Amino acid sequence: MLIDFFLHLKAAKLPVSTREFLTLLEAMQERLAGHSMDDFYFLSRACLVKDESNYDKFDRAFGAYFKGVTEIPGLDAEIPEEWLRMMMKKHLTPEEKAKLEKLGWDKLMEQFKERLKEQKERHAGGSKWIGTGGSSPYGHGGYHPEGIRIGGESAGNRTAIKVWENREYRNLDDSVELGTRNIKIALRRLRRFAREGAAEELDLDGTIRGTAQNAGWLDLKMQPERHNKVKVLLFLDIGGSMDDHIKLCEEMFSAAKTEFKHLEYFYFHNCVYDYVWRDNRRRHTERFPLHDVMHKYGDDYKLILIGDATMSPYEILQPGGSVEYMNDEAGAVWLQRLLEKYPRAVWINPEPERLWEYRHSIQIIHNIVGGRMFPLTLEGLERAMRQLNK
Amino acid sequence: MRFEGSNTYVATPDLMLAVNAAITLQRPLLIKGEPGTGKTLLAEEVANALGAPLLQWHIKSTTKAQQGLYEYDAVSRLRDSQLGGPDGERVRDIANYIVKGVLWQALEADRPTVILIDEIDKADIEFPNDLLRELDRMEFYVYETQQLIQAKHRPIVFITSNNEKELPDAFLRRCFFHYIKFPDSETMQKIVDVHFPGLKQALLKEALEVFFELREIPGLKKKPSTSELLDWLKLLLAEEIPPEALRSKDRKVAVPPLHGALLKNEQDVHLFERLVFMAKHNR
Repeated sequence: MLIDFFLHLKAAKLPVSTREFLTLLEAMQERLAGHSMDDFYFLSRACLVKDESNYDKFDRAFGAYFKGVTEIPGLDAEIPEEWLRMMMKKHLTPEEKAKLEKLGWDKLMEQFKERLKEQKERHAGGSKWIGTGGSSPYGHGGYHPEGIRIGGESAGNRTAIKVWENREYRNLDDSVELGTRNIKIALRRLRRFAREGAAEELDLDGTIRGTAQNAGWLDLKMQPERHNKVKVLLFLDIGGSMDDHIKLCEEMFSAAKTEFKHLEYFYFHNCVYDYVWRDNRRRHTERFPLHDVMHKYGDDYKLILIGDATMSPYEILQPGGSVEYMNDEAGAVWLQRLLEKYPRAVWINPEPERLWEYRHSIQIIHNIVGGRMFPLTLEGLERAMRQLNK
Repeated sequence: MRFEGSNTYVATPDLMLAVNAAITLQRPLLIKGEPGTGKTLLAEEVANALGAPLLQWHIKSTTKAQQGLYEYDAVSRLRDSQLGGPDGERVRDIANYIVKGVLWQALEADRPTVILIDEIDKADIEFPNDLLRELDRMEFYVYETQQLIQAKHRPIVFITSNNEKELPDAFLRRCFFHYIKFPDSETMQKIVDVHFPGLKQALLKEALEVFFELREIPGLKKKPSTSELLDWLKLLLAEEIPPEALRSKDRKVAVPPLHGALLKNEQDVHLFERLVFMAKHNR
């Protein structure tokens, strides 16, 4: 009888599987959920949802489904009758039950359907009428657990409803939040382990094989430790329009710094020109010519540029376009050079993706990097890391 | 067997339901939640409440799934064979060099046990996948001695995670899941009651207010958690600080005494003191 419910969750894009659904049914059979909507909510959540970032989605879907049942838009066919009957029995007081028996279930339901139809023709917001209409046997009488108010009155229902109506888990939805830890997880996709350097670990398999070949005389074999050997060159845009994104970039940077052993970082402003710097306070005294940087770090480095690419198009396209000093060659030329040297490169943009097409300079850079621009969200980072691993 | 909280552990109804579902259906329960919300403690409490022995397996970044089952100590066997010690017979039997892991101990126990697999996300990304069959069927094969180890009683398995790695779907499908939400002030009061039964209501009320206000400060790197609150209360009691001291009478903001127990990050302390300073001067 809960198949509808299951399909509804599936339609709400929750990653639920048949196995989990069967577990839920098994748990119901063991009478774990007792007789309240509360327990059912908690139980189904424990069985079906496996990540707190999906709790919010589940709350919404659960709320929508059981409202759907109670508001009865498709009463004619879809609603599982046993379900309603079961729900009713749970929520009725003894007097109401007696009343119900007097009327008889079938008759009641029929009347109810008629009333609904009639009401639909008259008002648009039909269910409301039933919900509040004190004189109607359907409003206050107490058949319809949630949507029609009645369930809300019994104390047992409150707590769970509060949870799914309040959407307490909204903050955990992963499309919004982007903490250092999440970034780390995304960056971890870049990791590549390899054995390199001094042999200092006992190679057990090799030793056993060697010893066996020596007919039992111990033959110790050593091997180098495993290291993450990915190398990253990080260029960060700083100042000006980037100030809005400083926190995000900070997080991204601190995550990257602990994640990679070979991480070299440099700052630039708006667009890369003939030099970059490492310490923002001493940017005018300690400059690193970009040519030197490109010579020093081989093409096995992966290049990540982080910047909002929001500037005047002149700053990219014209020699002398930089807002800070007279540059002999246009930013686009330098960017092109970087991309030629480092074929595995991405541009990560903290501006929301939907704004990109409205900013001319973002479009230009987007073209220069050959479409390899990704938003600074978890999902965007993952796409970027996949691109870098290609 | 049902778990209904204990005199030292306050479980919310949703948590209890998840625990009981895991006990009844004999599936592992995966627990996540903010640090300090009692994830690890839960297993101990359930084990105590059910009177079952608790077997703990703390996961590190180097832990392998095999270590939970058994390890073949090849090196000491090799050494014994080379040195030819007094008990030369020992070397001949490979079973002498098999070290039982946590899961093996649980499976061969004569009564149901509780297993805690703590911080599973610390291990390699493939770790949970390597345990799929073992957790599902509660049996495994020892290749060295050619024996099949099967559970006499299915153990109750608790797994905690701090979200550092995503767990594979196949693994998640086999577990129940519960996210321990940060307790609201009502639950918090219960928790404190359990730990400090004699605490004066006035002090507790003030302390809880200060604590929740502190958690509301935006920009804190690490919000104080339940375990920090309990530590702080312990200190307040030890120092016999009166409730009035927690808040000056004219409702002005003040730095709460012993706040070092709540804020564990230098930057947070600075931020907090700056806010207090600003608040004092604005009024």
